[in-house]
Amino acid sequence: MTAVTDRQKLQYIAARAADARVNVELETEGMTLNIGPQHPATHGTLRIVARLDGEQVIAAEPVAGYMHRGYEKLAEVRTYAQITTLVNRIDWLGSFANEVPFILAAERLMEVEAPPRATWIRTILFEMSRIANIILFLGDMGVQLGAITPVFFAFRDREYVLDQIERVTGGRFHPNFDRIGGLKDDLPKGWLADTAQVMEKVRTFCDEIEDLLMGSEVFQQRTRGIGIIPPDVALQYGLSGANARASGIDWDLRRDGCVGLAYPEVDWKVWTHPDGDSFARFWVRLQEVREATRIIDQLVEGVPSGPIMAKVPRIIKVPAGEAWVSTENPLGEMGYYVVSQGDLTPFRLKIRSASFNNISITPWLLRGVYVPDIVTILASLYFILGDIDR
Amino acid sequence: MAEDVTDTAEPADEAPEAPVDEARERIAEAFRAELGDAVEATEVQAGRDVWVRVRTDAWRAAAEAARNSLGARYFCFLSVIDWLPSPFGRSMDAAVDVELARRAGEEPPVPSTELAHGVTGGATRFQLLARVADVGRPGEHWGVTLKADVGDDLTVDSWVPVYAGADWHEREAWEMFGLTFTGHPGLRHMYLPSDFEGHPLRKEFPLLARMVKPWPGIVDVEPMPGDDAEPADGEAADGEGDS
Repeated sequence: MTAVTDRQKLQYIAARAADARVNVELETEGMTLNIGPQHPATHGTLRIVARLDGEQVIAAEPVAGYMHRGYEKLAEVRTYAQITTLVNRIDWLGSFANEVPFILAAERLMEVEAPPRATWIRTILFEMSRIANIILFLGDMGVQLGAITPVFFAFRDREYVLDQIERVTGGRFHPNFDRIGGLKDDLPKGWLADTAQVMEKVRTFCDEIEDLLMGSEVFQQRTRGIGIIPPDVALQYGLSGANARASGIDWDLRRDGCVGLAYPEVDWKVWTHPDGDSFARFWVRLQEVREATRIIDQLVEGVPSGPIMAKVPRIIKVPAGEAWVSTENPLGEMGYYVVSQGDLTPFRLKIRSASFNNISITPWLLRGVYVPDIVTILASLYFILGDIDR
Repeated sequence: MAEDVTDTAEPADEAPEAPVDEARERIAEAFRAELGDAVEATEVQAGRDVWVRVRTDAWRAAAEAARNSLGARYFCFLSVIDWLPSPFGRSMDAAVDVELARRAGEEPPVPSTELAHGVTGGATRFQLLARVADVGRPGEHWGVTLKADVGDDLTVDSWVPVYAGADWHEREAWEMFGLTFTGHPGLRHMYLPSDFEGHPLRKEFPLLARMVKPWPGIVDVEPMPGDDAEPADGEAADGEGDS
């Protein structure tokens, strides 16, 4: 590889000088743009204060906390069974996935292991939460760019998945179904066969979204090369999940460090994209939904029979100790650091939610982008307010 | 992340008597080699996790060692544990404990007032807790939980110069526990209004909801209808949904 030639250097300097001249001639007065807290692009109540120079952002500061519910404090006065109800509401689009790492951490401290059937059903429901969650992202990304149709497709097809979740757990959004030592109930009759059909519908949805959005020139221009996150920056800020994989980081907690779930039993693939831009983040998530349907298809084929609950005492006192368990949730790495002192309640529960870290990169990422791109970049980072504020 | 060093955690757990987790032992050893006597204690739970507790003044050095020398480029979280036993007693579960003790014919438990530090011990009320990991190389991932005591001045070095992502986590710790991080670019409120007084996650901060309405935990030990005997059989799952 050759070094940059002198000619190229001169061209670069000349271009920068021309830019500077334009900036002097068209000097603009700075202004502060306040986006949110109530704004469609913020999925709830995230406020972004952007300092603008013309169309360009020179500084952006997200203001969180409009939905802070203090779960870490509340958890200190609730039993473990009651806490699953709370953590359901962290990432409310993929609720079941929030329960799993917490239950796994409690099980680790109690030295309890869920029976294989419970583990498999947990994994199926976990992946269903992922699909229900990311489907909405795929539709929503279009809305942020002015394409209204995909979100209707998304809401329609998400309902099939939610119906399946509801048939097992009784709740569309907040299943509260995971228990220390297993699951609350077994699967209803005929559920496994229907699941395969639903997965077929989800795959059709993915194809439709791909046709509708990814080929579109507008979509490409608004996302390609926009909001690029280099891998090293992504890791420093603690980006995880699809946001990290879209920056080329080959890391998925389902494969690397899967505890207590059935992922090692099935054949699947971790998708990464080298670009790190908004398009890559969309693309990786689309592939992840497809991969999740493949995982579920294989899992429903081989759900083992047996009990769904290990023997646990009715009044759960978790032995003293500390445990950290994290899983690959729809939004990224979600983990719980449980400190127990042998009580009915955790002594301290640290909730590490993915969106908190994923959004903390925005002051870095939004610097220098143009105003319309704020919305697409935020949409592509994909956050759930409950997952930031907890 | 961390759980993968031995690839599958469960077989390691079932292995007979005191399995040695060489990969995690090496991590603990690497921290000792990097930081010398600034490492106060380490603990390895085979197939699960590794903890390293460092001296307060070596907190940033630990981050630098983890990131620059050992390659843990991924910042997971930073938080604090307040080890003070709740000054409100264990009011929240006292009713249950008293009832259980009564059934067993024992004296009800007396809450302790001493700091009971967890893994790797400690000496101070507040303890820093952080996790970093090395990710992105399939099959070679590892993670470590770092701890450090916090002295009476409640001031520690900020991690922001090492891990930019520590910014928000330290703001949260400053707001919730009242710790000051020197070198942090701007300790502002993360969640709470800017005129909020107090540090909610400290143990002495009362949770008003529990003060107003006491813990209904006694409901948990009421027998289920038609279930007079002590619950111990396969139906153990049923009781949980009631609370």
